Amino acid sequence: MQSQSPYALEIRNLRTVFPGPAGPLPIVDDVSLAVRPGEMLAVVGESGSGKSMTFMSALGLIAAPGRVESGTVRVGGVDLVGLAPEALRACRGSMISMIFQDPLSGLNPVFTVGDQIVEVLRAHRRISRRQAREKAVELLERVQIPDPRRRLDDYPHQFSGGMRQRVLTAMAIAHEPQVLIADEPTTALDVTVQAQVLDLIDTLRRETGMAVVLITHDLGIVARHADSMTVMYAGRVVEQGSVARVFADPRHPYTRSLLRGIPRIDSPVEGDLMSIRGQPPLPGSVRHGCAFEGRCYLGRGRVDCLRNRPELNIIGDPEHLSACHYAESLHDEEMPA
Amino acid sequence: MNAVQAKAGPLLQVTDLAKTFGATHRLVPKGFSVRAVDGVSFSLNEGETLGLVGETGSGKSTLGRLVLKLIEPTSGKIEFQGVDVTGWQGKQARSLRARMQMVFQDPFGSLDPRMTVNDLVREPMVVHGYGKDDIEVRLESTLLQVGIDPRMGKRYPHEFSGGQRQRIGIARALVLEPKLLVLDEPVSALDVSIQAQILNLLRDIQRRTGIAYLFIAHDLAVVRHISDRVAVMYLGRIAETAPRQSLYAAPRHPYTKALLSAVPTPDPARERGKRRIPLHGEIGSAAAMPGGCSFHPRCFRARQAATLPGVEVEPWRDTRLPRACMREVPVLPAGVHRAACHFADLVDEGLNEQAPSPSCQANAAVGAV
Repeated sequence: MQSQSPYALEIRNLRTVFPGPAGPLPIVDDVSLAVRPGEMLAVVGESGSGKSMTFMSALGLIAAPGRVESGTVRVGGVDLVGLAPEALRACRGSMISMIFQDPLSGLNPVFTVGDQIVEVLRAHRRISRRQAREKAVELLERVQIPDPRRRLDDYPHQFSGGMRQRVLTAMAIAHEPQVLIADEPTTALDVTVQAQVLDLIDTLRRETGMAVVLITHDLGIVARHADSMTVMYAGRVVEQGSVARVFADPRHPYTRSLLRGIPRIDSPVEGDLMSIRGQPPLPGSVRHGCAFEGRCYLGRGRVDCLRNRPELNIIGDPEHLSACHYAESLHDEEMPA
Repeated sequence: MNAVQAKAGPLLQVTDLAKTFGATHRLVPKGFSVRAVDGVSFSLNEGETLGLVGETGSGKSTLGRLVLKLIEPTSGKIEFQGVDVTGWQGKQARSLRARMQMVFQDPFGSLDPRMTVNDLVREPMVVHGYGKDDIEVRLESTLLQVGIDPRMGKRYPHEFSGGQRQRIGIARALVLEPKLLVLDEPVSALDVSIQAQILNLLRDIQRRTGIAYLFIAHDLAVVRHISDRVAVMYLGRIAETAPRQSLYAAPRHPYTKALLSAVPTPDPARERGKRRIPLHGEIGSAAAMPGGCSFHPRCFRARQAATLPGVEVEPWRDTRLPRACMREVPVLPAGVHRAACHFADLVDEGLNEQAPSPSCQANAAVGAV
């Protein structure tokens, strides 16, 4: 058996498929990633890149006809893949929990916020209603909701978007999970509120040692909050490493293009943004070669890119990985102006 | 260029525009009303882009709709090409749409799924009575202009990706060769790599045609990239407006400052050292508008100003705030860089800001003349 792992969450070679007209389509294709206790891992990618599906798969939330074909998902020494539904339910919430983008649909509009937190608390623990209510007050306090005892009897619509996301965060951390998956938790929120919610998540992980996986498309948020990052494209990991390292020296053309293609509030605005031509491929549609080949600024039609799927390889630093045949030789000069 | 503009006047001039959504529904208590837009004035020149930024509930989308006459203002005046169009209705309003058009946020919901691309782009021309041959010529040139292969014209919207659909939406808006395009969050539903394509396309079209944009968005970096001038809205009013360069380099309104400090930049080294300006609470509601300056419940500067000698204060919750902030609506002064703040010239303490570079200060000074 595995000895003490340094990671709070460790996903190895995860593969999730959906049936397609010509055989199963890998929506999540050989994804491996890991995050240490107290750290934040950002998972970056476009819609359809498989970033949400990876964690839905990890939590056993993939609905048929999709299924997890292979791989392991270890949380605290337990492999979640292949667990019976009952055992999996016991793990979700208590060991690993998730918050989603839309803070309104995560709450039931006809129950008070207090009732919903109490329900979550009593799902995994045998405590009385009164004890659960006391604990709920504590939780709302932890997520910095003012006047928590009074707010307990309010309904979700009486909370603003940012406050609702705090309530959902309170529910997600109710059982002190080792891992919190936050799927675009602030995308629906205004920028000043977004900052408050992310600061709260930062505080919680520092205080409790909980590992956080932040699924996002916002590279600014990654730069500010995350320790390490995984860049996904077409269901696969294309680059992985510490945030400092990947931003300073991206080793995949997709990452490089992304970093150059976003408008910033602090850079010159003359000239066009570097855009990536074309569209991302449909999930599971690339069967040979590099999925990014058709959009890569290095140019189309390179034989090795067309034929051989690039492996995720170590680039210099043992924790910096890139899946590009030309990872070692990328230069800024090659990039279009 | 400037001389021509001075002679012709601005393309669009909006004066003291207001929109109150009232209690017309039987479930809404009488006397309950929402001042979504509350006394907004601005102008837009030909070929210029004005960026309108603000958080949810700031009234920026309502303002866009008012300009296009999709909804009627409660008061105020809209002049387009020097003509007062505020009261235009029916046929007159429709004739205006040939000259000002809108692009919506959602490239999925704004295109009829049962119409082909050709039909979608033809429709505005048919409505406005273009000749058959003219229609076909314009159809092809417009599709080419937005980067859609005319051979794909027989396809339906669902066969296109989000970015391509947004291009089709832009083609529909452009085909009548309008003078003004109101773009309401045109890229916020798109992936990062597609956003850059659309932003570049919009800039390219403006360079070629001299069209003016009213660009409404919540993303400050996107707005900075595309705009010549920027107006920051807060609860239905313009808090600050300035040429792009001086607004981003030397913001004067405390709300603009806080907003800019909250935007994370994709630069880990800088982000880790940056201190954000904390705001108190969240954006208020236009339905329960705070009196005086509507920003005062959240304002850090008001709290600082209250400690200055000679400033009249009033108790507020557990602290004191300047009387002016709580009682008087700050006006947007004349000038180029304008901030509606009672203490616009106060140097904020403890914000740990970088001093604006000399060139920015020079710009700001020029702007004030």
